[in-house]
Amino acid sequence: MKQGIRKNSLRIKLLVFGLLAFAGLFVAGCSKQEAATSTPSQPPAATNHFTIAGSTSVQPLSEVLVEAFTAKNPAIKIDVQGGGSSAGIQSAKSGAAQIGSSSRELTAEEKGANLQEFIIARDGIAIIVHPSNPVVDLSVEDIRRIYSGQILSWSQFGGTDKQITIITREAGSGTRGAFEELVMGKNNPIIGKALVQNSTGAVRTAVASDPLAIGYVSLASLNQDIKAIKINGIEATAASVDAGSYKLSRPFIYLTKDAPTGAVKAFIDFVLSSEGQAHVEKEGLVKFKK
Amino acid sequence: MISSNRMNKLTDHFVHAVFFACALSAVLAVLTISFYIFIAGWPIIHSRGLSFLFGSHWYPNQDVFGILPMIVGSIAVTFGALSIGVPMGLAGAIFLAELAPPLMIRILRPAIELLAGIPSVVYGFFGMTLLVPWIRVYVGGNGYSVLAGSIVLAVMILPTIITISETSLRSVPKEYKEGSAALGATHWQTIHRILLPAASSGIIAGIVLGMARAIGETMAIIMVTGNVTAIPTSILDPTRTLTGNIVLEMAYAAGDHQAALFATGAVLFFFILLLNLLVTAISRQAVRN
Repeated sequence: MKQGIRKNSLRIKLLVFGLLAFAGLFVAGCSKQEAATSTPSQPPAATNHFTIAGSTSVQPLSEVLVEAFTAKNPAIKIDVQGGGSSAGIQSAKSGAAQIGSSSRELTAEEKGANLQEFIIARDGIAIIVHPSNPVVDLSVEDIRRIYSGQILSWSQFGGTDKQITIITREAGSGTRGAFEELVMGKNNPIIGKALVQNSTGAVRTAVASDPLAIGYVSLASLNQDIKAIKINGIEATAASVDAGSYKLSRPFIYLTKDAPTGAVKAFIDFVLSSEGQAHVEKEGLVKFKK
Repeated sequence: MISSNRMNKLTDHFVHAVFFACALSAVLAVLTISFYIFIAGWPIIHSRGLSFLFGSHWYPNQDVFGILPMIVGSIAVTFGALSIGVPMGLAGAIFLAELAPPLMIRILRPAIELLAGIPSVVYGFFGMTLLVPWIRVYVGGNGYSVLAGSIVLAVMILPTIITISETSLRSVPKEYKEGSAALGATHWQTIHRILLPAASSGIIAGIVLGMARAIGETMAIIMVTGNVTAIPTSILDPTRTLTGNIVLEMAYAAGDHQAALFATGAVLFFFILLLNLLVTAISRQAVRN
């Protein structure tokens, strides 16, 4: 009798376990396959809910534009995420986000057959230091030599005789990519000892709390906590970027896989219209040039 | 028709089976995750072998993947956190278990539990805006350092160590204390000769949990350590941990770079396993003694 009970109990346990293991393997097998092709496919464009993901520099502008757009179109819901320009480009390509944002030009490898680019604004890269730093003006050459580690002390520029704390962005950042292209040039890597922060805001906070720090941020992120350096006597303002006299400028780009339709198209049309561009200017950025 | 007796026995077996399946699902979850991470990271470890583990340069844009600086960073920050957190935690636990008057216990325990509930990003924010400038001004370096990471982590693992150690100390049988007092030992002698060794396995379990939390902490760490991919040579040097490496680059990594990040996760896994085994071995030794 007891043996019979034990056999039954064992059978039931094995049955339940077997079902569970089978389900588990099935799920694991499916997810491995999906992982190879990476992310879920793009939902139909007729949906009224989509995501903009990518550059942390473009993010504040996106948020303002989304607010203005959804005020006029309450049925549409738009999520804005960060992650960095490289992440934004990947998200647009894979369909994880319906709009990817980037604050730098795409490389040849990143451009895809169906990837549509819309330049929505132009931004300057401001070189920032602590407000108490006596240095006011630098040349692009000076900045390159600081960031490559050739100049170590602020005393070279009339500041205190202390070591410069160099702050940079993470490797996938569009701001960093644009900075490397415009300031460092090829074959001039940013020194490995530079501190890495993972968003424009984090760089700003880091520089605001260290009198010896230097960093680079989007023009639109300037505020009272930090001071922007003049480049060759030209101040970092939207006007000088527009005029072309401030040399460190880069485009803000929205990317979509295939031509946009539905709510996505309506939003991008709004951004490129004079109303959207008015918001761009209010944020301290420059209108895109056709 | 099934007899009610048979029905009861079937229900019994069924319920046992369900509980068994639930417990097994936890094991299944761990196995699935580790399986996936190792499979995804294997290509890189296979093709680069030792140069991945012991290479000291990490330049993903140029296809150079060496994680030695991150391994050193993780170990440095974890042991720094333990060297601050364990003495303080043990002392706090001894105070709570043996010396504190009931009123103080009523105030201290909720305060410690509150500490455990604070999200790690808040710790990171606090570290970045208060601790880092303080280190820069009063200690040296530029603030973002192994020291800052260790201090933040120590505060995070303190509640774990204190609560588990206190529970272990309290669960030592009263006869031990009474016997020791009867032999004429002072309170402190009782504590460090009798209570601590008796509670050692529980205390070590608390330390292991604290260490696991420290080595796996990501958000707070990337805000205070500077994320520099170079081997730190002093506690005032900035560093990058294995967890920080993954979170900073995962969003946009593709191909080899992504495999390298999964391999970093696999190494992290392996480290936690190793540390757990090490501590279990030490605690067995302690129990034997």
